Amino acid sequence: MSIVAGCDVGSLTSKAVIMKNRKIIGSHIIKSKPRPSDSANAVLEGALLSAGVTKEDIRYCIGTGYGREKIEFVDEVVSEIRCHGKGARWMLPTAGTVIDIGGQDCKTMKLDKDGNVSRFSANDKCASGTGRFLEVMAKVLNVDIEDLGKLSGKAKDPITLASTCTVWAQADVIKYINSGVPLEDIGAGINTAMASRVAILVNTVKPEGDIFMTGGVAKNIGVVETLEKLIGKRIKKTRKADPQIAGAIGAALLSLEKVNGS
Amino acid sequence: MIVAGCDIGSLTAKAVIMENGNILADAVMRAKTRPSESAVEVMQMALEKAELTMDDIGYTVGTGYGREQIPFVDQVESEISCHAKGAWQTMPSVRMIIDIGGQDAKATRLDDNGNVARYIYNDKCASGTGRFLEVMAEALEVPLEKLGELAATSTEKLSISNQCVIFAETEVVSLVNEGKETADILNALHHSLAKRVSSLARSIDVDTDIVMTGGVAKNVGVFKALSEALGLPLKALNGVDPQIIGALGAAYYADEKTRETKD
Repeated sequence: MSIVAGCDVGSLTSKAVIMKNRKIIGSHIIKSKPRPSDSANAVLEGALLSAGVTKEDIRYCIGTGYGREKIEFVDEVVSEIRCHGKGARWMLPTAGTVIDIGGQDCKTMKLDKDGNVSRFSANDKCASGTGRFLEVMAKVLNVDIEDLGKLSGKAKDPITLASTCTVWAQADVIKYINSGVPLEDIGAGINTAMASRVAILVNTVKPEGDIFMTGGVAKNIGVVETLEKLIGKRIKKTRKADPQIAGAIGAALLSLEKVNGS
Repeated sequence: MIVAGCDIGSLTAKAVIMENGNILADAVMRAKTRPSESAVEVMQMALEKAELTMDDIGYTVGTGYGREQIPFVDQVESEISCHAKGAWQTMPSVRMIIDIGGQDAKATRLDDNGNVARYIYNDKCASGTGRFLEVMAEALEVPLEKLGELAATSTEKLSISNQCVIFAETEVVSLVNEGKETADILNALHHSLAKRVSSLARSIDVDTDIVMTGGVAKNVGVFKALSEALGLPLKALNGVDPQIIGALGAAYYADEKTRETKD
């Protein structure tokens, strides 16, 4: 039985997945290093360790993500769009629309019955509505980005951020902090601002079927719940795997197809 | 009669004292947290230079971002109107004004009588505003007022592909890590800012005799890059400090008002 790998080197985090027989036998997530090649080597190492296999056992490896061209050990590179579509369909077989929020972009894609991307829209021009927006705000609030989502649930009187621009919104957040507004209320306002921006993008593809979210922001409950309200549809969740590794899963699945096809 | 114009911006406060259309004194200072404090202080600075007191001022017009908070004004006017009037009175051939402020950028077209024909502004996105330069100055650890001269010493042409301030800042950090020279990075940043501002100006049709007003106009790097991006040389403002044009326009409004009342 062939063992394959997928490696997704993003701007903020890098992910690797080892698969055998369409099942995940190992995975790993790290914060990206300045050099994409270093990130790739380190994250694959972690995934191999968690799977208990060595690099020599890997029959085929596909690379994806922002830093995919710099990965030294891959056999092939594939676009993030295709990998996320593939990974999302594996995680949730009924997925019709996929929202992927990356560290430096946000993408929405519609999948056809075979799991191929039929329509998509993306923002990679403006930091607002991307993982970077939350990263900047978490830093200003001095909270871990993983904890930002939970603030929404504790908020009593959430603030409203008037500016979309990350730079102006950051200045507004600093003003709120200085005037003594509770952290939870500011955090909730930040999550809502993020969701509002993503909702605009989602609505441009006219979502159909089950909606699924991939990428690290899918773990931010504050953003997810507000986004559900704004698009008027539920976002499906699954325990099958961490939504952050969906791109790497897709890459591993494509590796498997390659091996089986040849 | 002696009149005054007071322009309270997000980053700086400016005041001009005028008598019969002649500038008696002007003052520029970094804005305080409260617009009202900035207004009182910058006005005091200008009055001291002119050796006058507040009682000598017959009429004052306020403008700028903080105009509604100025305690002593008789009238307020928009920044667009004041920059147009200030530039037109300084140089009657002017047909377009580009004003890059601390938190916005504006382009205004004038008709042959000096009236505002069209204008457009961006205050939604920090890219193409003074804040862009401020963020980059901080990232590169160069004083804001030195940016232009340093950029002028650039020898290698680089380009910044991101418009977004946040993404461009990351790009700058990578260029620094690659060992690129600060002067070359700055030069690329000035061209990036100019590209953004020129597309704003182009959207209302660029006309000849363009001047730049506001503090950013003193940055030679932006002045040069914007001339290149527009494909038309920007004109210098006949020796008047471009940063006080808004306050000057406000003072002209005050001057006109006192003449009207006299008639």
